[in-house]
Amino acid sequence: MLDGLTQPLSPAEWSAVALSLRVSLWATLVSLPLGVFTAYALARWRFPGRELLNGLVHLPLILPPVVTGYLLLLTFGTRGPVGGLLQEVGIVFAFRWTGAALAAGIMAFPLMVRAIRLSVEAVDPKLEEAAATLGAPRLWVFATVTLPMILPGVIAGAILAFAKAMGEFGATITFVSNIPGQTQTLPSAIYAFLQVPGAEGAALRLVLISVVLALSALLASELLARRVAKRVAGQ
Amino acid sequence: MTLSVALRHDFGSFSLDVGFEAPPGLTVLFGRSGSGKTTLINAVAGLLRPDAGRIAVDDWVLLDSAAGRFLPPHRRRLGYIFQESRLFPHLTVKQNLRYGGFFAPKGAKRESEARVLEMLGIGPLLERRPGALSGGEKSRVAIGRALLAAPRLILADEPLAALDEARKAEILPYFERLRDEVETPILYVSHSAAEVARLATHVVVLQSGRVIRQGAAAEVLGDPEVTPLGAHAAGALLETRVVAHHADGLSELSVEGQRLLLPRVSAAPGQTLRVYVEAADVMLATQRPEHISALNLLEVQIRAIRMGDGPGALVQLSLGGSALLARVTRRSVEGLGLAPGQRVFAVLKAVSVAKGNVAGR
Repeated sequence: MLDGLTQPLSPAEWSAVALSLRVSLWATLVSLPLGVFTAYALARWRFPGRELLNGLVHLPLILPPVVTGYLLLLTFGTRGPVGGLLQEVGIVFAFRWTGAALAAGIMAFPLMVRAIRLSVEAVDPKLEEAAATLGAPRLWVFATVTLPMILPGVIAGAILAFAKAMGEFGATITFVSNIPGQTQTLPSAIYAFLQVPGAEGAALRLVLISVVLALSALLASELLARRVAKRVAGQ
Repeated sequence: MTLSVALRHDFGSFSLDVGFEAPPGLTVLFGRSGSGKTTLINAVAGLLRPDAGRIAVDDWVLLDSAAGRFLPPHRRRLGYIFQESRLFPHLTVKQNLRYGGFFAPKGAKRESEARVLEMLGIGPLLERRPGALSGGEKSRVAIGRALLAAPRLILADEPLAALDEARKAEILPYFERLRDEVETPILYVSHSAAEVARLATHVVVLQSGRVIRQGAAAEVLGDPEVTPLGAHAAGALLETRVVAHHADGLSELSVEGQRLLLPRVSAAPGQTLRVYVEAADVMLATQRPEHISALNLLEVQIRAIRMGDGPGALVQLSLGGSALLARVTRRSVEGLGLAPGQRVFAVLKAVSVAKGNVAGR
């Protein structure tokens, strides 16, 4: 079985790896601005429905992934209320890689928001006040004081979300199925190979790639965050 | 430029209801902690929106609740110097200093950066980050940052409270220069009578959210009604003129036509000096004392006597047009038969006036 590790990746395996990277990258990039906004709102603003928003953000973390996937299918499927509307303007999620990215993004969102929210709460609002008294309008205060100071948390959140997206399985397979070359991400491919007799070698190669990707993501985030934190701490 | 403030704000357990004017110069908001000083200055800054009120600098209105006008802090053209300096840790000293200038209107009247750097002695720190600065350096950079924002009003909330005595002595002269060299009005919060004495041109005394006294510094500080607030350092401010320096290390000053000897002051003859005389350092005698080591005998008249709850009493004296305070015991008041209107001698040791209580202008 370990022979499988010495063989090069087959085109099918490559396509799963490439698809996973693309899905995770898009999921992370698109959800990042929303994640920063949500984290800031939850940390700083008091508004009616704040607890509800907090609950909604965390829902994917506690619901069974298959439930999240099914809810996505109901909502964003071509016959769903949102999916139907989007289809008219040419955006389709169901059974496409974009759907995999949506599912991965939603599943990773709570982790991203939690990491960023912690770093927002660590910023002393008195610094933001000081910036305002110096003439900076709110958006400028955010861009020049808050954002640079929460950058370590934003990076950590983004990389955490990326790693989570790379590993997302339940919601993805429920929402967009497991179509090779279309929606077959790394975990879906591993699952598929494990169903076929004699494909353990391929599964093992992909497992190894998963481990390496996850570890490098973690290391990269640690390094980056440490560097930024040092800068932000004013040394 | 004159800042006029009228505010009302209810916190439930505490309410603020004040009105005062701050003429050009440095106005100190003086009072104990909990008297509403910080709340008041934050309302002037726009960090707090009061229930009702009006704040204006000349005819430029910052707040007018009746007209529904509330300028947010970033449009008030402030230079706010905070107690904890609040420098941006992720920016260099230079970036911190230029932060406010970036948002100031292009045509605004600005201090030149070179002058501010020179005045505060922070030129060598420009490339450092706040984390690498000492407490005193942070304070100076914070003052510079406020000045370079091209402010129309400078606010300072106990900027020295977090510093030790040595750092306070280092920073105080910068505020004196600010008062004397910068035309912008300064509103300065403090609970230290010594700071008030050195810096204030005008004092507003706050107690439990109300203004109990306001006026020129010398006038307010000599008022015994005000002193319970800072009883330890109760005292009076004298405007003096340097007459001569003597060879034995003393300087001769004149106050209201009388002679005052102090340890050598740095000002040249002819210059004016503010001297803060603490009430506890002043003795009273009903006859001219002889064979006494104290060098200063001032002829004064008793204006009022205020008995304390304890064994102490505070005697308000007039020295020509100036006021002087003496803290004595009730027993002495009774034993000497002191009464308002009486002429007595105020005895002051030359060495008892602390160096920090003598200041230019």
